[in-house]
Amino acid sequence: MECQECHERPAALHFTQVVNGDKTEVHVCEHCAKEKGYMSYGEEGYSLHHLLSGLFNFEPSPFGKSTSTSNEKISEQGLKCPKCGMTYKDFTRVGKFGCSECYQAFSDRLNPIFRRVHSGNTKHDGKIPKRIGSNLHQKKELEQYRIKLQQLIEQEAFEQAAKVRDQIKKLEKEVHCKEEGEF
Amino acid sequence: MSLEQFISKAVSPWLKEDGPDSDIVLSSRIRLARNFDQIPFPIIADKSELEKVLDFFGQEYQHQSFKAYEDLELVQMRDLKPIEKRVLVEKHLISPHLAESNGESAALISKSEQVSLMINEEDHIRIQLYLPGFQLERALQQAFEFDDWLEEKINYAFDEQRGYLTSCPTNVGTGMRASVMMHIPALALTQQINRMIPAISQLGLVARGIYGEGSEALGNIFQISNQITLGKSEWDIVEDLQSVVQQLIERERKARQSLMDQTGLQLEDRIFRSYGILEHSRIIESKEAAKCLSDVRLGIDLGYLKNISNTILNELTILTQPGFLQQYAKKTLSPDERDELRASLIRERLDLEK
Ligand SMILES: [Zn+2]
Ligand SMILES: [Zn+2]
Repeated sequence: MECQECHERPAALHFTQVVNGDKTEVHVCEHCAKEKGYMSYGEEGYSLHHLLSGLFNFEPSPFGKSTSTSNEKISEQGLKCPKCGMTYKDFTRVGKFGCSECYQAFSDRLNPIFRRVHSGNTKHDGKIPKRIGSNLHQKKELEQYRIKLQQLIEQEAFEQAAKVRDQIKKLEKEVHCKEEGEF
Repeated sequence: MSLEQFISKAVSPWLKEDGPDSDIVLSSRIRLARNFDQIPFPIIADKSELEKVLDFFGQEYQHQSFKAYEDLELVQMRDLKPIEKRVLVEKHLISPHLAESNGESAALISKSEQVSLMINEEDHIRIQLYLPGFQLERALQQAFEFDDWLEEKINYAFDEQRGYLTSCPTNVGTGMRASVMMHIPALALTQQINRMIPAISQLGLVARGIYGEGSEALGNIFQISNQITLGKSEWDIVEDLQSVVQQLIERERKARQSLMDQTGLQLEDRIFRSYGILEHSRIIESKEAAKCLSDVRLGIDLGYLKNISNTILNELTILTQPGFLQQYAKKTLSPDERDELRASLIRERLDLEK
């Protein structure tokens, strides 16, 4: 397969580019990938620096420019991370967050971006840190117990359901204590 | 230093072991991106904050051991010469990005070089764990254990909704990049790989050639990795990747078999010609060397070439990179000088087999 940019060298990088919701296959040689900004150098050849910049041009506000809501005023003044000082504009230019709190600061704008980068996903479903996340582990466990309880009730297995309910109560207490302790 | 000694230092100890399916899968890697909760990411942090991260690793982990990962050594980028950094890049222990840094960044590398942490790269911490051959699940298990060990002392930047918070939105969630390096000469020879690559990318995975100075998949070595890090668990991602790799392995084996069945003589001719070039050339460019090495490795795997160790592709692919050549010569070399040294180094290495 030849490179779609120069039609000279064989294509070495292959990926799906998503621009404004349209998927296109991209096949380029390494030279053109660098030249045309498909790739910022780094460990991952496909690191998506410039692809992202394209994504950020997405306008989340459903309103026209004339209807100036308070939200839009904020965006005119520029969203800014209170911790590291990075503005949303910086973020769209660089394609990188400045600190962990940027995620909170730009929270409203992130779902569309994550959806595009991660095939429609916006919520983490993987590992939780053992120590700082112990509470989360229990919350997740609780969630699973509640689903189980529901199923048991539907199956009219009330004896088992009662046991599960006791476990839920116990867990709820633990989670509650921990949350109080945090403050 | 003798060539034998040099090779034994150049090839990471873990890479000398055989792994499952190692006739096709050279190595499996898990990379996890992690950050400190309270410190700005390296892209924006000031020197003193990055220095704090470095000091922390120096104090807490220098010469420490965890399980099989013994005697972790902190290597500061500012202490290394450019050639030394290049060698670490060619061994895949650090990224080119980290090598460009002269400031507050480092690598923490275990004695076996199976684990290497990049510190203050794009994220504060990038854990890399390698295993020989095709064993992604084991690599993930081990990477998780190492991650848990670090987490005993580090408050990671983590959010219930978004997962592990990383500097780049392409890594958020699991922060994981799982990958394998595959030698798939038969799929390349029969042009099948070009048709498979777009299909692979449909699945949220990326296949790309590596080791090219220019643009090709030099030596028919491809890296397959996941692209998506958010919304799926690490185990699910690894499972998806595994099933694609498994299919590629099966197709590669089939393609090898049909090459032998249908064009056996031509294949044998190609393999022995390449072997002849490696044995006798006086000047060889990296591109030609990579092609010939791929042919020779295929020849070993298929039994055409006997009494040559199958680690030769791994060894010589690494050794004939510019950084290693210059480290061997102990000086900077022009491209012409490199081509000459590359040829003589390959000849010497093949002589060791006799
Ligand atoms: Zn091109
Ligand atoms: Zn911030």
